[in-house]
Amino acid sequence: MSSRTPSPQTRARRSRGAARLAEMAGGSLWAILIKIVLLGLVDALGIYAMFMLAAQHNWIVFAILAAALVAINYVYFSKRTLAMKYLTPGLIFLLVFQVFVIGYTGYISFTNYGSGHNSTKEDAITALMQSAQERVPDSSTYALTVVRDGGDFGFLVTDPKGEVSYGTAEHPLERVTDATMTGDKATALPGKESLNFTDIVDNQKAIVDLQVPISDDPNDGSLRTPDGSSAFLYLSSLHYDARADTMTDTKTGTVYSDTGVGAFAAPDGKQLKPGWSIGVGFDNYVKAITDDGIRGPLIGVTIWTFVFALLSVLTTFALGLFLAIVFNDMRMRGRAFYRVLIILPYAFPSFLGALVWAGLLNRDFGFINLELFGGAHIPWLTDAFLGKVSILFVNLWLGFPYMFLVCMGALQSIPDDVQEAAKMDGANPFQIFKKIKLPLLLVSVAPLLISSFAFNFNNFNLVYMLTGGGPRDASASINVGGTDILISMVYKVAFVGADRDYGLASAFSILIFIVVAIIAIVSFRQTKALEELN
Amino acid sequence: MSAPTLTPSTPSTRARDRRGFKARRWFLATGWRHLVGWVMIVFSVFPLLYVLSASLNPGGTLLSSNGLFSTIGFDSYTKLFNSPQQPYAAWFGNTLTIGLITAAGTVFLGALAAYCFSRMRFAGRRVGLLTLLVVQIFPQLLAVVAIFLLLTGIGDIFPALGLDNQVALIMVYLGGALGVNTYLMYGFFNTVPAAIDEAAKLDGASHARIFFTIILRLVAPILAVVGLLAFIATTNDFVIASVVLVSPEKQTLAVGLYQFVSQEFSSNWSVFAAGAVLAALPVMALFLFLQKYIVGGLTAGAVK
Repeated sequence: MSSRTPSPQTRARRSRGAARLAEMAGGSLWAILIKIVLLGLVDALGIYAMFMLAAQHNWIVFAILAAALVAINYVYFSKRTLAMKYLTPGLIFLLVFQVFVIGYTGYISFTNYGSGHNSTKEDAITALMQSAQERVPDSSTYALTVVRDGGDFGFLVTDPKGEVSYGTAEHPLERVTDATMTGDKATALPGKESLNFTDIVDNQKAIVDLQVPISDDPNDGSLRTPDGSSAFLYLSSLHYDARADTMTDTKTGTVYSDTGVGAFAAPDGKQLKPGWSIGVGFDNYVKAITDDGIRGPLIGVTIWTFVFALLSVLTTFALGLFLAIVFNDMRMRGRAFYRVLIILPYAFPSFLGALVWAGLLNRDFGFINLELFGGAHIPWLTDAFLGKVSILFVNLWLGFPYMFLVCMGALQSIPDDVQEAAKMDGANPFQIFKKIKLPLLLVSVAPLLISSFAFNFNNFNLVYMLTGGGPRDASASINVGGTDILISMVYKVAFVGADRDYGLASAFSILIFIVVAIIAIVSFRQTKALEELN
Repeated sequence: MSAPTLTPSTPSTRARDRRGFKARRWFLATGWRHLVGWVMIVFSVFPLLYVLSASLNPGGTLLSSNGLFSTIGFDSYTKLFNSPQQPYAAWFGNTLTIGLITAAGTVFLGALAAYCFSRMRFAGRRVGLLTLLVVQIFPQLLAVVAIFLLLTGIGDIFPALGLDNQVALIMVYLGGALGVNTYLMYGFFNTVPAAIDEAAKLDGASHARIFFTIILRLVAPILAVVGLLAFIATTNDFVIASVVLVSPEKQTLAVGLYQFVSQEFSSNWSVFAAGAVLAALPVMALFLFLQKYIVGGLTAGAVK
């Protein structure tokens, strides 16, 4: 809060002091209280998260979070950071969920993240061994009391020798000495709630699924219970050799080793799933560009995305402009009536619009085929070419009211005297439109056309809801169809079907980012050129 | 007429000719505009009438919905709220809650930033404004994989902010709060004379008091526009919502209705149509009610 007029330093300091005094007099006690409570909440959450991160030894995020917390507190307690006081709240969300995720996308694109590769190696080893577990035939019986600790269940077991130990899914069994004994069996532990029969029945599935490891070494197996009152030892048919870093199937004798593909693989190439995520360098990009089953569809989808976005803007703009000219005539009656009804599609939620049209255009039962085409089975949505036509047509329905409104506003804002002057000079109405109105209109709507292009470039809802991107491209090795645009392809590769490939999807995203950035730079230059025309 | 005369000089035919001439002139001047208008109304309104009629056709499949308004009944609407496998009421509530909170958050965060950019002069102001524009070039939608994995990670620390949680979804949406909206508001804030601030400052009001009690009231129209745009955008979002929200009773209308209709596309049609009508009504009502503001906001960025 510095004074804006240049003045000697002493006067500046004095006026700063006065301003601060005024500030404090102006701010009420409530404002200060609210500020302190809010900051306290943020700090408490942050510090809690820091503890959790420290427990996970995640020091990089820990350091970033600590720095962020210090920065936030500085901003709100310092007197010099007035502008930042207003920017920080929005900035935090922007940095985390917009800027960081873009960088993170870049990181994921260099990994093999995806179904079967979405965790660390330790997690994968544990998961593999647990999934291959079988009950040891001659396992001794452990007397069991199931206890609850917060939301988690734990096993309080007394082994045949009378030793009492306690463990949960995350924490292997550990000897305890302060358990309450009933006869030979430990039945309660301080601070934990012992479950009675009804509780066990209520949580049957969670308890039957619970696996409490015997020790830190997954080869030692774990305890499981079939009934909630006694536990048995389960051993995995896989044996993990930490020194050689291999998995051995004890039944078949096959040795699986870590060959650097993010999974344990047998000599014949067979992999154990789940694997873990590893960095794969530029593999995803190389695959996208060189693999025939991906490159072909990728190029096709990219071209269609551009064609779709461009044609969408052109058709909606053409129709919108035409209607704006038609209705921009003062002599016409009932213009408000037409206007309200015509813009209704714009008010209708777009995802619903696409779904309704999907019904109307259905091949076998849709209104269009049955009522308008006399029962013909025209594959409006299931043919690659007709699907594209349908998408453009439905987007025309969804998008022309916006262009109509925009053009209407722009036309009305063109001053009449320009037209009058042109008329005086002997221009005919068509010349007035082409030489005067259209250029003026384009200057004001050009930014909107560009943003409309950008919107349609990622118009996921329309494509996904109308055709689902289909029909599926049989020659492609990924899940992609004839009407897919880039964003729907990314979504389908990452989230649809059993074979999810986050790494490849992220590589696609990054490629799109690059394309979008180039377009943006070019189009901003174009807009400037248009403005200079004026 | 008993004897047809071909002479054009009888008064009645001359009047008819004149009327015909007038009608033609009327048609050339404004009449064809009405024709275009009616064609466009049919194009615009027909799908909406179709879905309304389908919703009033109890037990209707896609096939039987083609007879427009042949039967009228409200069974689909009651069915909508009574089947447990599609918790429509919950979807509706979720969409409203998430949409309203996101809209309010977007308006608030955006207004704070716009006030700052409009009223304060600080190092990095121009760069900040430009950066906001540049960041928007890269849509959040494309980073959906990263958002998914980030929320999985956050969920390990704060389960309440992880996957399958509406708070997490709102936070992701708020990531887009500073951006185009801020620009809209910034333009509007600049139209409020700075003399008002100065006067209040002389009277001893703090910057926070000026913002909350004076400026926010003066810029209310643009706040409404930005809030509505944010609400509509949130309601229409499928990509992020479908990835973040997993359990059916936590989902929004876009995710729930899509999955509902895609499972048995043709047989659920009437129930889906009822759901669509109910979902669209509030948005359409709000839109038509605030139409003037929106159009102004869209075209200018500064309504005044």
